[in-house]
Amino acid sequence: MAIDYIERIPNNVDLSRDRRLQRALEEWQPRYLDWWREMGPESYQGLDVYLRTATSVDAKGWASFGHVKMPEYRWGIFLAEPEAGRTIGFGEHKGEPVWQEVPGEYRGVLRRLIVTQGDTEPASVEQQRHLGHTAPSLYDLRNLFQVNVEEGRHLWAMVYLLHAYFGRDGREEAETLLERRSGDEDKPRILGAFNEKTPDWLSFFMFTYFTDRDGKYQLASLAESGFDPLARTCRFMLTEEAHHMFVGETGIGRVIQRTCELMREHKVHDVAPFGAINLDTMQRYLNFHYSVSLDLFGSEISTNAANFYSMGLKGRFEEGRREDDHRLTDAFYPVLALDGGRVASRDEPALTSLNARLRDDYSTDCARGVVRWNQVIKRHGIDFELKLPHQAFNRRIGAFANMHVTPEGEVISKETWNAAVDRWLPTEQDRAHVQSLMKPVREPGKFASWIAPPARGINNQPADFQYVKFS
Amino acid sequence: MLEFRTDPSRYKHWKLAVEGRVATLALDVAEGGGLFPGYELKLNSYDLGVDIELADAMLRLRFEHPEVGAVVVTSAKDRVFCAGANIRMLSGATHGHKVNFCKFTNETRNAIEDASVHSGQVWLAAVNGACAGGGYELALACEKILLIDDGSSAVSLPEVPLLAVLPGTGGLTRLVDKRKVRRDRADFFCTTEEGLRGKRAVEWRLVDEVVPRSRFTDTVAARATELAAQSARPAGESGIALPPLARAIDGDRIDYDTLTLRIDRERGAVEIIVKGPTDAPPYDVAVAKRQGAAFWPLSLARALDDAILHLRFNEETIGTWVLRSEGMLDAVAAYDALLARDSSDWFIREATLYLKRVLKRLDLSARTIFGLVEPGSCFAGTLAELLLAADRVYMLDGSIEGDNRPPARVRLTPMNFGAYPMVTGLTRLKARLQDDATAIADAAARIGEDLDAAEAEKLGLATFTPDEIDWEDEVRLAIEERAAFSPDALTGLEASLRFPGPETMESKIFARLSAWQNWIFQRPNAVGPAGALKRYGTGQRPEFDRGRV
Repeated sequence: MAIDYIERIPNNVDLSRDRRLQRALEEWQPRYLDWWREMGPESYQGLDVYLRTATSVDAKGWASFGHVKMPEYRWGIFLAEPEAGRTIGFGEHKGEPVWQEVPGEYRGVLRRLIVTQGDTEPASVEQQRHLGHTAPSLYDLRNLFQVNVEEGRHLWAMVYLLHAYFGRDGREEAETLLERRSGDEDKPRILGAFNEKTPDWLSFFMFTYFTDRDGKYQLASLAESGFDPLARTCRFMLTEEAHHMFVGETGIGRVIQRTCELMREHKVHDVAPFGAINLDTMQRYLNFHYSVSLDLFGSEISTNAANFYSMGLKGRFEEGRREDDHRLTDAFYPVLALDGGRVASRDEPALTSLNARLRDDYSTDCARGVVRWNQVIKRHGIDFELKLPHQAFNRRIGAFANMHVTPEGEVISKETWNAAVDRWLPTEQDRAHVQSLMKPVREPGKFASWIAPPARGINNQPADFQYVKFS
Repeated sequence: MLEFRTDPSRYKHWKLAVEGRVATLALDVAEGGGLFPGYELKLNSYDLGVDIELADAMLRLRFEHPEVGAVVVTSAKDRVFCAGANIRMLSGATHGHKVNFCKFTNETRNAIEDASVHSGQVWLAAVNGACAGGGYELALACEKILLIDDGSSAVSLPEVPLLAVLPGTGGLTRLVDKRKVRRDRADFFCTTEEGLRGKRAVEWRLVDEVVPRSRFTDTVAARATELAAQSARPAGESGIALPPLARAIDGDRIDYDTLTLRIDRERGAVEIIVKGPTDAPPYDVAVAKRQGAAFWPLSLARALDDAILHLRFNEETIGTWVLRSEGMLDAVAAYDALLARDSSDWFIREATLYLKRVLKRLDLSARTIFGLVEPGSCFAGTLAELLLAADRVYMLDGSIEGDNRPPARVRLTPMNFGAYPMVTGLTRLKARLQDDATAIADAAARIGEDLDAAEAEKLGLATFTPDEIDWEDEVRLAIEERAAFSPDALTGLEASLRFPGPETMESKIFARLSAWQNWIFQRPNAVGPAGALKRYGTGQRPEFDRGRV
């Protein structure tokens, strides 16, 4: 089968001259499209959607807008431009030229890193495939699909690396990425959080704010990699990931905005009767999604993370801006741990604490959005503050798994937890109420009762722009 | 002091459940339940404590559950079967402990295979999650391996790429000798940290079957039921309870019902005195079963097993084990007659198989073993195996003046001719007599006879036969001289001389362990300050001396 590679698969990896890659993609591409049709957004494959497509990595080409049917989306392969003379920035190979080919010694480890990252991309598409039925506006529906096609492109990006650098094993792994299914008992996705359902749009916004932000931090660490093709791939992916988090942050902000408006207008605390979502329900959703996303960083103390760093494969967030020896063999880092019935900080070897450090960076970043949401509440003169729960709250992985800790960080008994958990995590009632609000709104410029319109349109389109064309 | 006696009520790491003809042994390691401080048993990794429970469970299943025809070994944890021996435990352990630990775990794996082959209790590994290193070696010790097919669970032997050591419980040997994995594929498999899964794991014979998660439990149950149905073990009989083994430690003296140990610290030696049966054997099998754990051969096996392990782990500087016995040759021979006559009964078979395994444990102990045959000793048949296990046998020629016990005699019984093979597959008598058909026939011709020192020496059963005037000095000098040699050299010497003749998978496993693993365990590439075991878990890469030796 001949493919017009430039047209069909926009790329900056010289695909039209790379026979090995062509051969691999010729087999993989049809399977990918089968997967997309089977597991991509339900019922909407035939609609024209106003999507952004990356056609090159420069300022002009990375965002070309136009209406397109999703299966015809041009999933491309892009690496950020190479940096001349780049050297490995950390670990035991610090200062050596970056690798353009996979070092044999690290082949297995690198492949595993790429597969684990790659597996999350199709997983989130699968998790979100039913949401199109209940979008609160065409604007939001379009954003969902934009996120979905870009997650699809991120899968392409990882598959490109597997095909281009890992031979037969890489091709097999690329196939398996299309065989696993989120939530499937026999072929689950690799990471637990990616087998959970995304049942409603509030969850979707929380997911894109909190869980996609984990993706940002993972990608940012991989963007430091001494394996240059991986670093460049991840750097380009980060530009797209930023949009997903924008969807999350503005989505939650708009829900809060709507709630506050109704609280003011009707002078009530409970806006549920007005078809909106109460602030304490928002807090419980936030608690849930933040804590589940913290688990994605793995155990606080991790030999794997230490190895990845020493090998020069996965750095810290903004490694280049940190002022230390970038080897960390003699350094320490304060890590939260259980200490005599209390959660306390203690110094651990910095190398094995890299997961904890990345998680801390992530938490700091998460907190910024919370500040902005609270400004919305404050502007409405309402006395309420959203808060990130303590890192030890509701954890399933790491030092605090199987423990009961309040959102304030106090270790409590199982009984106390059970008595109070309805105040901290979404209740059946919360979920039922949110679910009851999930009614599709498809008139251009209109929005569901529980969410405010955005401050501005995509690509500066007017408020009543037809982002998705229902014919 | 390390303690090997346990029972299911005290297990921290295993859950034993019996349902009909199938037993399930589920590994659920308590992270904080390590035997020593300084490590956490994450991901179902194990230390000696975990393996002591496994050995106990294996033994109890054989004696307490005659109805069980298949044993499923699996994990009670989600997505992880077993990560193998705990690395931090290994890197913190002394060389002596590592060697002892590996030997013990190997003996348990061999005992599992022995159960499958000889007891009609067939083991099946239900690998329901990640299965690495010693975890896969445990599965390899089973007759069948079922691997869950969930797109991520793999079997692996990552020791070389990850730790710069070798799989320590027979993994390499079993890959090629038992599962008949092609050696080129085995080479790849053993250098691939993440291992193999799915279809390729079956194609390469690493596992027998891969099963999707949704059908895993049912398939395991079906396979186990099929295996159990083929077992000849009796479904309707009640088991033989193994109550706590009585042992009294009083300073340097340790007493069991059938055994006394007397430690002589000055000479670095211990006398192991076996007490022969005081009564005639039970009239028939039913009576033997009523005696249960008090049945003399079983009681002796349990005592000797515990004593060997105690001395190996807790008395490392006691380098010479002096085997003696007290009792009547006739009484021992009468028990042998029962064991031979009723060998088809499951309980009698289990007692004999247990003695076989304990005798192998004796052969494999890194201690000098001397046998002393004196007036009043009772080395007949089964007990004569102790002499045949010894590096040297001293037998008193005649009696000692003023001693009215019968003169020193030994006696062979049919049990010396096949019931208790060594790891090489040879009987100890064959190993002693260099498998010389004439010499063996000469010995067989004297079955049942009381042999005096001259006859025993002639038949190859005694090394030296001093008379009463020389006896005390000869024995004393031999023990004192032994204590003066290098313990390392002696261990190597004895291990090299004890196992003449052919090799089997079992003998290879121990030989490779001693020669290669224990060597690698000493090398700077593994245990030096920048070696892989020391660096493991720090995130720092090991530094290797690139010279090939």
